[in-house]
Amino acid sequence: MVDRILILGGGVGGTLTANLLARRLRRRIDAGEATVTVVDATGNHVYQPGFMYIAMGGERPEKLEKRERALLDKRVALVTGVVDRVDEMVQTVGLTDGTVLPYDQLVLATGSRILPEAIAHFEDEAHHFYSAEGAARLRAALDAFQGGTIVVGIASMPYKCPPAPLEVSFLIESELRERGLRDKTKLHYCSPIGRAFTIESVSEMATPILEEKGIELHTFFNVEMIHPDRKVIESLEGEELAYDLLILVPPHKGAQFLMDSGLAPAPGGWLPTDRHTLKVGERPNVYALGDATDLPLSKAGSTAHFEAPVVVEGIVAAVEGREPAGKHAEYEGKVMCFFEIGDNKGTLLQFDYDHPPRPPKPNQLWHLGKLVFNKTYFHTVPKGRV
Amino acid sequence: MIETAATTAGTAITRTIDARGSYCPGPLMELIRAIREGQVGDVLAVRSTDGGSRVDIPKWIEKAGHRLVALETRDGFDEIVVEKVR
Repeated sequence: MVDRILILGGGVGGTLTANLLARRLRRRIDAGEATVTVVDATGNHVYQPGFMYIAMGGERPEKLEKRERALLDKRVALVTGVVDRVDEMVQTVGLTDGTVLPYDQLVLATGSRILPEAIAHFEDEAHHFYSAEGAARLRAALDAFQGGTIVVGIASMPYKCPPAPLEVSFLIESELRERGLRDKTKLHYCSPIGRAFTIESVSEMATPILEEKGIELHTFFNVEMIHPDRKVIESLEGEELAYDLLILVPPHKGAQFLMDSGLAPAPGGWLPTDRHTLKVGERPNVYALGDATDLPLSKAGSTAHFEAPVVVEGIVAAVEGREPAGKHAEYEGKVMCFFEIGDNKGTLLQFDYDHPPRPPKPNQLWHLGKLVFNKTYFHTVPKGRV
Repeated sequence: MIETAATTAGTAITRTIDARGSYCPGPLMELIRAIREGQVGDVLAVRSTDGGSRVDIPKWIEKAGHRLVALETRDGFDEIVVEKVR
């Protein structure tokens, strides 16, 4: 019997899972006893954390993209196509071109998608940095900005890379000072919850920095409506803020086919995932990782990075007919990410389910660490070298 | 999500949001979604096992101009009842 392992999604989680599986199951794959296949909609692997640097750091979009094939182990098959449906009864995945792929073990690494269109006037009035195009457009708007009011907000939760809107606020504030525009600019930061950031310890670090930089914090600001005629954004809570430049994290959802296939509930489409085994619901052979899950963790590449070895151990154990064992038998919620503060300084958020982050005092080292990580990503993370 | 028609402090509950097992800010976000979908006069109950909800949700209710009807600790969870006022 051949163990057919099918991975949907060629982002951080899917690519790393495939490469680690190829390494762990090398002999079985070579003997024709196992297959590892990645299905990706575009066949291109995009380093999404780089989008923010298109807007803020002179990054070029072409540097953020590589052919998925070039990142995958030669033992991994790649199918480029758009998934239409998972049929759990017969354990197959159907693509929009009619291809049907059977599986014995299924990995859902389908990420999240942005829906700016879900908010009226978003696309005409607001900017974001959650795509290369969006980030380039924001850069152009910042270049043209000569003073006024900038509002940074979050349209809905959850969203990718939770620190990003705070980082962008800090980086814009630094840039405005360098350009001599700070005195002519009011900056507002709007958070949907009762503090600046979901994790309390990070909020306690970020709130004084917002104050120090003169960025006005508005809590419980859930975006309700954009009024383009008055250039005003209104919250569900009844607050209104005028803007000259509006930057909003767009609404996010999971993949539509997950909802259509009954794997994830509407309206969010996040997969109900066991926080330790990363199995979806009670299913013994379906795993989820990265943005696609409903876990109470950052939707970030780092999360997928630390989840992948656990998914791999679960699958290898199943193939070998044993229970998962060793340090990757269970996921403990590990996440680690750099956090830009502006003025060439940064800090580090490192946490798990039981240990909240205790970010060190911002310094140049963590800022440089983030830049180095960005530059070396393609050589390290997807290939399982770190 | 469970829909029920129970009564708290004499007020008929229009809808109960079962956010037990969800972590901050999940219960608040579930409530906000229900408030958006509901009508003025609806009474919504949120059930949460996240300790932060009993602080965060009443603060949000006050900021958003709705009415906190009740906050009760039950068997392993809190139930926060809110009337949509506007």
